[in-house]
Amino acid sequence: MAVITGSGKLELPENVVVSRLDALANWCRKNSLWPMPFATACCGIELMATGAAKHDLARFGAEVFRFSPRQCDLMIVAGRVVMKMLPVLQRIWQQMHEPKWCISMGACASTGGVFDTYAVVQGVDRFIPVDMYVPGCPPRPEQLIQAIIDLQDKIQREGTISGREFDTAARQLRKRALVEITAPLSIDASRNPVLQRELAAEALSGRS
Amino acid sequence: MSSSVAHVLAEVADHFGNLHSSEFRGQTRVVVPESQSLEVCSFLKEQGFDFLVDVSCVDYLEYRDPPMQMRSCAGRRYGLMYLLASTMTNRRLTVRVFLDDPEPTVRSVVPLWEAANWLEREVWDLFGIQFVGHPDLRRLVMPEEFSAHPLRKDYPLQGRGERHNFPVITRENS
Repeated sequence: MAVITGSGKLELPENVVVSRLDALANWCRKNSLWPMPFATACCGIELMATGAAKHDLARFGAEVFRFSPRQCDLMIVAGRVVMKMLPVLQRIWQQMHEPKWCISMGACASTGGVFDTYAVVQGVDRFIPVDMYVPGCPPRPEQLIQAIIDLQDKIQREGTISGREFDTAARQLRKRALVEITAPLSIDASRNPVLQRELAAEALSGRS
Repeated sequence: MSSSVAHVLAEVADHFGNLHSSEFRGQTRVVVPESQSLEVCSFLKEQGFDFLVDVSCVDYLEYRDPPMQMRSCAGRRYGLMYLLASTMTNRRLTVRVFLDDPEPTVRSVVPLWEAANWLEREVWDLFGIQFVGHPDLRRLVMPEEFSAHPLRKDYPLQGRGERHNFPVITRENS
């Protein structure tokens, strides 16, 4: 039982944490993503590798692939989507329950890739909302894992509706831990106005 | 030319007159007028070509160096091909039928080889060649509502906007 002392301070017993309900819900959501594998090409093979033993997506709470959209909240579009497939993709997306997110994995899903032809949709983000783009042809499992970590970050902040989620340039650069260990990454902010703003805001608030 | 195939071609010539034939690296081709295609195919089936390997097509529009068989067909646009094989004697024969605009039409060979059903549907879908007598000539690979025949050379590679013709689902309406 919480007690307010005479000086106005809130005192809590052990094992009690105060939080906002939003933050708690987001914390639950981000650590229990259920992916819907919309795998149509070679990216799907990397997607399977990501879920398998070596890369082990279970470390990030997203290992439960389900083939029913009713049970999923993260659609991973892995591979090219042809125009005959797009209505199916849209239907599956609409059958998923809120809250839901979408990762566009690989060059083809994001832009059509090298398949600039009459049959191939030039990026699924033209027709369904996409939260994360993963570059690569196909991306390595590490890249997909990084995208899921970034998505978790975004879910925690829950910026998917207002669109604030795209201010992540500095945050993502800092997260390139693997790169920084092997080769120190010097961040050049002089050519990136978004990054400049982020760094300036951080310097002001004294967080860094 | 293997002697057995040459023998079959001689038989064909006896029945249908002298058809243009040629050989390239051991593969024999014979050009058949569209008016006789079903009869020749039927005759070839009786001669032992019991297996239809493939039905395909080439659009020779603005083709720079037309093949010899094509020159004999007065520069027609579409080169239909039937790849036949005999499972008994292991002979193979390519039958070519040249067609032209505006309505390339040929008799269906589904009555002879059931395998032609989906193969001819694919050729209809991608080249717009009509197969008279086909039991179910619907599109095979492109969506039903698609209106063009995309492997024709005068169809632009990036299409005519079909790939962008879908409703957009946003966060607000999904």
